[in-house]
Amino acid sequence: MDVFGSFALVLAFVCAVYAFGGGIAAIFTRHPLLIKSTRQAGMATCGLIFVATFSLEYLFFSDNFSNAYVVAHSNRDLSTFYKIAALWSGQEGSLLFWSFLLAVYVLSVLVTYRNKNGELMPYVGVVMAGVQIFFLTLNNFVASPFKALASPGADGVMNYVARADGSGLNPLLQYPEMVIHPPNLYSGYTGFTIPFAFALGALLARYPGEKWIHLTRKWTMIAWMFQSMGILLGAHWAYAVLGWGGYWGWDPVENASFLPWLTGTAFLHSVMMQEKRGMMKVWNVWLVFSTFLLCILGTFLTRSGIVSSVHAFAQSSIGSWFVGFLLLIITVCFGAYLKNRDYLKSENQLDSIVSRESSFLFNNLILLVSCIAILSGTLFPVFSEWITGNRISVGAPFFNKVNIPIGLLLLFLTGVGPLLAWRKTSTESLKRNFGWPLGIGLVAGVIALVFGFREIYSWVCLILCVFVASTVGLEFYRGAKVIRARSGASFLASAVDLTLRNTRRYGGYIVHVGMVFVFIGLAGAAFNRDIQKDMQVGQTMQIGSYTLLLQGFDSKPEKNYTAQRMNVEVLRDKKPLMMLYPEKRHFSSNEQNGTMVAIYSTLKEDLYVVYAGDSPETNMPVLHAYLNPLVKWIWFGGAVVVFGTLVAMLPNRRAVLVLAGAPQPAAQPLAHGLTPSVTLREGHD
Amino acid sequence: MKKQVKFGVGIGVIVASMGFLAWLGYGESKTYYHTIAELPTLTGAAKGQRMRVGGTVAPGSIHRLNGRIDFVLEGEGKTLPVSYIGSDPLPDTFVDKSQALVEGHPSPDGRFVAEVVQAKCASKYEAAPGGSGGAAASSPQRSSM
Repeated sequence: MDVFGSFALVLAFVCAVYAFGGGIAAIFTRHPLLIKSTRQAGMATCGLIFVATFSLEYLFFSDNFSNAYVVAHSNRDLSTFYKIAALWSGQEGSLLFWSFLLAVYVLSVLVTYRNKNGELMPYVGVVMAGVQIFFLTLNNFVASPFKALASPGADGVMNYVARADGSGLNPLLQYPEMVIHPPNLYSGYTGFTIPFAFALGALLARYPGEKWIHLTRKWTMIAWMFQSMGILLGAHWAYAVLGWGGYWGWDPVENASFLPWLTGTAFLHSVMMQEKRGMMKVWNVWLVFSTFLLCILGTFLTRSGIVSSVHAFAQSSIGSWFVGFLLLIITVCFGAYLKNRDYLKSENQLDSIVSRESSFLFNNLILLVSCIAILSGTLFPVFSEWITGNRISVGAPFFNKVNIPIGLLLLFLTGVGPLLAWRKTSTESLKRNFGWPLGIGLVAGVIALVFGFREIYSWVCLILCVFVASTVGLEFYRGAKVIRARSGASFLASAVDLTLRNTRRYGGYIVHVGMVFVFIGLAGAAFNRDIQKDMQVGQTMQIGSYTLLLQGFDSKPEKNYTAQRMNVEVLRDKKPLMMLYPEKRHFSSNEQNGTMVAIYSTLKEDLYVVYAGDSPETNMPVLHAYLNPLVKWIWFGGAVVVFGTLVAMLPNRRAVLVLAGAPQPAAQPLAHGLTPSVTLREGHD
Repeated sequence: MKKQVKFGVGIGVIVASMGFLAWLGYGESKTYYHTIAELPTLTGAAKGQRMRVGGTVAPGSIHRLNGRIDFVLEGEGKTLPVSYIGSDPLPDTFVDKSQALVEGHPSPDGRFVAEVVQAKCASKYEAAPGGSGGAAASSPQRSSM
């Protein structure tokens, strides 16, 4: 099966090269048969990558311990669940998995548009094939997952050998999220290839109008949604497994996954300016280019170990391939931009500082500042070594100092931006839209002050969260009221109806509410507490309103590991509440240890309990308890963000015109033939 | 023109204040990386900086003492005695032959006083070619296909 798999990979490489070279020829000759055959070569590439991926999974499931990758990442007792995930647990397999997910996207694009956009698709196909060639080169020639174990025999000839059992999966990876976090994050990383291919293709083809933006909107949102889920699942995993009580440590690889999310978010907002006003064309194209570059950079940072991190297990030579690829993309993007930059001329200018456009502009600016700050902080060790010869790293204080104010500014714009009118907003409409929410926010702030809230950032965050939630609530309320007046349906039904009539606008609001929940959770971190104590059986410790009583230890042999558990009884106000079982796990197949955290999670706070090992001083077992307020809101907010994104991807149920809340101040005709009206606002925003 | 000035001022204020905050954060958290071999060559102010040093934990060198854990890091043929004085128990991955990154200050007697220890598992999971003692067959030669 490994010969089969690697043969499929070689064939996939050949097909991708044909799709690339033939595609370029097709662009110049416009020969219909050539266009068709390169498209089919693109599809064949994807099919062959699927075959290769499934054959590697087959090797895992058949416990084929003659394959080096299977030996290093699996063992017989590994559960089925983790045998699937073992595919992406190491370098070679992750890169194949990258190719696999990219192939899913590429195939979907090729099939969806097989009879459409004939002028553009050959260009898009060539760009996609180019990216596939790079990853297939790695899969085939640099980091093949299909290497067989072999050792030299007595006569010096290499013989294939098979092992009785594998060395097992890294214990840190044996956690349910291992099965879902990497696929989500990788789907985000790979997904941004599609908007990139369309943007570059449209620029090269000088494809008329804003059509490529309409075409890529859904693809960008899909990638963005997976990226968001991937980041949050990663944070949750770090929270639940690493046992340090936090979910985000500004680790280089975490940062790397966050960077394309920032530029992707900026892009999703600023494209609206291009759609509505024909502005920001150069900016948008470069945002897509940067997002894709950052995706490749993220993969590079994870895979190369250039910046030390918990994720970068391998120090490998694969880095130079990625650097080469990054330089190549930058060159191609610059070349295409310089050649066709007149195609990206803006049709309009900014009119007023209090307008939708300027809120997008500032939204983009601060997302970009955040991105640049995180990028430079992450790569600081590399650059400082080049420039000064000293390798200097920066830590959490650097990232927090910049990003907390940025987050709050962004939260503020989340509330303000969507309700500002295009071009210019009147004072009257400002009062109308923001009077109540601002009042409610400030009242919440005063109440919090009275109750002894003294953390300035968290306090501002609370006010802003209430403010944003109120603006969104007011929007739903006003819209639903209009529909209710006509249809007589219930308020909830009217709100659902309203959302389905303009999924993009109201789905966007739902995403914003999700972000508000995430911010509530983040603000809680200012009030985290923890306590650590050497414990003997029968002793207690106190944290917040909880008393933890160590009742004893037990040992639980599982198929793949042995767990040593602390039995901790949790009492609140002297009343027994529940039992928690923080664990230490010992994996016999590779003599490694792992930690399992026990968490009692409520909307108010998480009680997070770790069996932290034995004390260096007393040799007694150490119980480390954390009380982390509001953490659950982050995961809940993430779910709301995903839901909102899905809603925003639905097609609108009826015609695009909906009743608007605010009269438009615009007196002149808008771009793109939109007719401004006093009572009607175009629904597609 | 006035409009552009307004935008320019807004953008300038944001960028400048973020730059200032970044500079503050940098001063607070910068940490120098040094190799074990570089440590004895440091002079003056460079000795007092917060720094990170990476190496491999020498087998059998981990000793749990009262209030601290001593071990020896090896790298580039040199060794560095380390005393870990942090209160957190060491990570699960911190064992003989694991790669460790210690953060702290060198003390005048030549020991490195670490407040933070990070450990990565040895090359077991990657089965590095030529890696000895890993769980994968020792020195597996790989042939393609």
